Amino acid sequence: MPSIYLEPRTERSAFAPFLVSGLAVFLTMVAGSGLFLLYGKSPIAGFHAIFIEPLLSNYGIGEVLLKLGPLLLIAQGLAIGFRARVWNIGAEGQLIIGAILASVVAIQFDGSTSSLLLPAMVLAGALGGMGWAGIAAWLRTRYNANEILVTFMLSSIALQVLYYLVTGPLRDPQGFNFPQSITFSAAATFPLLIENTRVNASLLIALVVSFIAWVFMQRSLMGYKLVVGGLAPHAARYAGFGEKRAIWLALLIGGAAAGVAGVGEVAGPLGMLQRTISPGYGFTAIIVAFLGGLHPIGIVFSSALMALIYVGGDFARLSVGLPSAVTDIFQGLLLTFYLASSLLLTHRLRRRSSENRIVAEIAE
Amino acid sequence: MTATLIFIIAGTLAATVPLLLAAMGELVAEKSGMLNLGVEGMMAVGAASGFVTVALTGSHALGIIVGGASALLLSGVFAILSIFFLANQVAAGLAIGILGLGVSAGIGKNYEGTTVNALPKLDFGALSEIPFLGPAFFNHDFLVYAALLMAFAVWYVLQRTKLGLIIRSVGESPSSAHALGYSVALIRTCCVLFGGAMAGVGGAYLSTAYTPLWADGMVAGRGWIVVALVVFGTWIVPRVTMGAYLFGALSLLELSIQGLGLNIPSQLLSASPYIVTIIVLVVISRNPTLIQLNSPMSLGQTYKASN
Amino acid sequence: MTPLLKLAGITKVYPAVVANDAIDLTVMPGEIHAVLGENGAGKSTLMKIIYGVSMPDAGTIEWNGTPTKIKNPAHARALGIGMVFQHFSLFETLTVAENIALAVKGSVKELTPRIQDASVRFGLNVQPDMRVQSLSVGERQRVEILRCMLQEPKLIIMDEPTSVLPPQGVRELFKTLKTLAAEGFGILFISHKLDEIRELCDVATVLRHGKVTGTAIPREESSHSLARMMIGRDLPHARNQVVEATGPELLTVNHLKFIPDDIFATSLDDISLSVRSGEILGIAGVSGNGQNSLVSLLSGETRLSGSEADAICLLDAPIGTAGPAERREQGLHFVPEERLGRGAVPSHDLSENSLLTGFGSGMSRNGFLNLGAMKRFSDETIDAFDVRCGGPNSAAQSLSGGNLQKFIVGREISLEPKVLIVSQPTWGVDVGAAAAIRQKMVDLRDAGVAILVVSEELEELFEISDRLQVMFRGKISHSIRTNQTNVEDIGLAMTGDFDRLSPKASVQVVEHA
Repeated sequence: MPSIYLEPRTERSAFAPFLVSGLAVFLTMVAGSGLFLLYGKSPIAGFHAIFIEPLLSNYGIGEVLLKLGPLLLIAQGLAIGFRARVWNIGAEGQLIIGAILASVVAIQFDGSTSSLLLPAMVLAGALGGMGWAGIAAWLRTRYNANEILVTFMLSSIALQVLYYLVTGPLRDPQGFNFPQSITFSAAATFPLLIENTRVNASLLIALVVSFIAWVFMQRSLMGYKLVVGGLAPHAARYAGFGEKRAIWLALLIGGAAAGVAGVGEVAGPLGMLQRTISPGYGFTAIIVAFLGGLHPIGIVFSSALMALIYVGGDFARLSVGLPSAVTDIFQGLLLTFYLASSLLLTHRLRRRSSENRIVAEIAE
Repeated sequence: MTATLIFIIAGTLAATVPLLLAAMGELVAEKSGMLNLGVEGMMAVGAASGFVTVALTGSHALGIIVGGASALLLSGVFAILSIFFLANQVAAGLAIGILGLGVSAGIGKNYEGTTVNALPKLDFGALSEIPFLGPAFFNHDFLVYAALLMAFAVWYVLQRTKLGLIIRSVGESPSSAHALGYSVALIRTCCVLFGGAMAGVGGAYLSTAYTPLWADGMVAGRGWIVVALVVFGTWIVPRVTMGAYLFGALSLLELSIQGLGLNIPSQLLSASPYIVTIIVLVVISRNPTLIQLNSPMSLGQTYKASN
Repeated sequence: MTPLLKLAGITKVYPAVVANDAIDLTVMPGEIHAVLGENGAGKSTLMKIIYGVSMPDAGTIEWNGTPTKIKNPAHARALGIGMVFQHFSLFETLTVAENIALAVKGSVKELTPRIQDASVRFGLNVQPDMRVQSLSVGERQRVEILRCMLQEPKLIIMDEPTSVLPPQGVRELFKTLKTLAAEGFGILFISHKLDEIRELCDVATVLRHGKVTGTAIPREESSHSLARMMIGRDLPHARNQVVEATGPELLTVNHLKFIPDDIFATSLDDISLSVRSGEILGIAGVSGNGQNSLVSLLSGETRLSGSEADAICLLDAPIGTAGPAERREQGLHFVPEERLGRGAVPSHDLSENSLLTGFGSGMSRNGFLNLGAMKRFSDETIDAFDVRCGGPNSAAQSLSGGNLQKFIVGREISLEPKVLIVSQPTWGVDVGAAAAIRQKMVDLRDAGVAILVVSEELEELFEISDRLQVMFRGKISHSIRTNQTNVEDIGLAMTGDFDRLSPKASVQVVEHA
């Protein structure tokens, strides 16, 4: 008989979520050390490059903050959906469509100096992301089509839409046939937040959205309804929380957040619409959302960690010569170890001893 | 015209192999109640490791074995997460999907753009000389036929053997199967591992036979189409098989239309498999009875045996 | 004679509860041995140990005089131990023969003739090629029994086998079991129904709180003495008198027809009923005859299409298309059969679970949660309904079945319903909590609420209902006053013979212990 066993938790632990995420990071670093050795690199040098180097320069910190913004924004939106067990895995596509719509506004009103231009772009981006996610919501609620598959397919389609537009209708006529749009005017780009970095005001949107997400999930009736729908669908039906409404809401929130993140890219560091808008933020945000325990505050930390790994991965490629695949593997390992560690959220380890039995008998 | 037709038939048969193999693997896993969304990652790992093995050893047999084995290992991670660590199957599938894409990029990083010799074709002698039929049906490597045989074997095992009965019973009600004394964890693990191996062989076929070169991201969404195919076929082997050939043909149609020089944006053609997937998904899913009658009842549900 | 099975000192400890504490039990060949105890007394745990599903932490098992460690159900079957489960372990989408092949050696083809033979021999009337989903509950139980018999067991364990049968079906089952015992089989019969055990069993082992509190020869005991062994006192009953309500009809159902989306659910055919203010209407019937469809249509979890809205009326207004929240606003509240996952969110605490149906009653303001009001409401409900728990912050899943049911019933009553629908009010609940819940419903009726109770337990319906209607295959009988009918007639109606329910045919007043 095993002397250590798992016992289901009956009460929630406030400490467990931190333990679980910390354990996942630790295990990833252990496995990562093996990976570095496999590539013939010193783990210490590797970890130094990934986790320390980016934080040693203003440039590095700026790049981390730059990547934190979209990850944070998208992950907050996705987490709300995941809590409701609505699996939107196509945030990448919603980001692209949001970026496209914002770019259309920027291109239409090129030369305008109106201070309304940027808000209009943000609105267009949000609507674009919502519209793209809304297709999945419609097909799920109306035709019962699985939203996991539909959102994924839609993100692949969005990419083709983008390719078509930047090589055709939205291409800069004076751009020597490069697949990109005109450069946006100053009024169509986010102002810089920190001098000499690329960090712009879209980061503030992400932070404000994080706060709103916290209020929504922890204190609003609507958030409560979504959570009940995810935890116990029959209880939600019994209470009268409409499932269709929850699916719509979850997908539209996720789509809006991803769409705005797309605006943050084209109206931020890129300053134009081009073939590559995002290094897979929409997919990485899935990991960020889980690693943050699907909790608005946890996600702030997990998006910072993931942004660091993104930038650190680039540093490691340059300074230590690690391949870029290392970043992808790290992300996959993090989610894998997080899910394994999550068992401790619902169970705890107990040692089987005679003492426990006495306690149990007294309780009886 | 005949040449085009031969091209389409022969091409379809080859293009279907990775889809059909991976779909049979996913079907078996889902029949036991395990929804593994990591097919894309498993195929990618199979493709990369299979390619590198062929590049290093020149042995196609070894390439296919290594491709299958490495994806089997990755599916083992999924099994451990979702069966033993009770993780949500959707999340666990996404995790190994992401992990698989990363690992495949890592394995193939020094081989980007390189080629190997394609898996050799079988020698059918006089059969391949028959006009039309010869080049269309008897000018292929062994996996073109083995994949179809595998589909038959999966059908036979699931529908005609006790093992299949046990797998289906676990997929319907793990708690009842447990009460009868079957090890739900063991059976589900085996089904997941079979799914992994099939996806890996399918991936290896892609990189060592269908287009014998390595390019990062070459699986290109096929893993997701495989997951959709199982839904299209409503978990019935012959229907899933037909679906696989349909999508194989679709990819050929794409090439043929491009060849015809019609004025259709290439992006629309590239997006067509995804658009068709959504349309078929909607058509099938709108009939809830069809889904309810055939989908494994415990699909996607974590099961923990109490003792 | 060597005992077939001899348990000594069997102990099983779960976290925070000793399910079995040093249990001794001996079964002789040809003996029908009852294991008697109320819900939570440790009966199921003991059966799982004997059938190899669980391992004991201490104690020994002797099988035919040989000390044996039963490793798993397959091993138990190989030894000759068969089990008929309470909640059937049949696979709906498979055929009878396939279901049997999963537990018995041999292929489907080889087994088919054996199934037919055995079906005739034991008088079970089972068709091998039928799909289980098309069978009635009684037929499914016969498949379970047949599957057990084909394993050629020496000992048959039957876990609460009568809970799914109409009274006449119980009699048939008992006949079969007595035949089997006469052939030398040992039978372990698990139940909490005293009358059945007195009728059927040779010996009874009584369990309470995981311990053996006595062994008895049930025929020589009275229900009172058995009850005292089982719960330490007499079985409690609600103080109730049948009333003839004259208040307004608050809930009416008129010629309701319904075909559910779920292909496994029962269609409803021409259902009519009405519940007046100040009365309890009981709906009897073997489960699976359309009760679930009816209840979910009444609660609003399933809605009718617009043209049929007036098939269900609340306070004379059609509500067939309204959802549960809207109906609740109009005063219709509902306690579902499943507590965890439907009536309550398992991982949420009681405070959050109050919000589940109380969000329209001051627990949220302008779309935001009123945490104070949630906690106050939960505190009051816990007090008023004697819910034993750690307070409003206890997770629903940490409560025992009885206490959680008291909380859910209490929540709905505290929200001041005009109409209350309760499905299986005391299913799996210990007798103390069951009596308390029934008393609360009677009190609520006396306060003028219209109550509809759906239950499989006839005793319960006779204890609290003023009128009864019976469901069978999606149809419903006319109503009859409880004091103008008896268990026998209701039992016949449960098998489809609605004509027996005319008030003229039987006028004796039912007495229950």
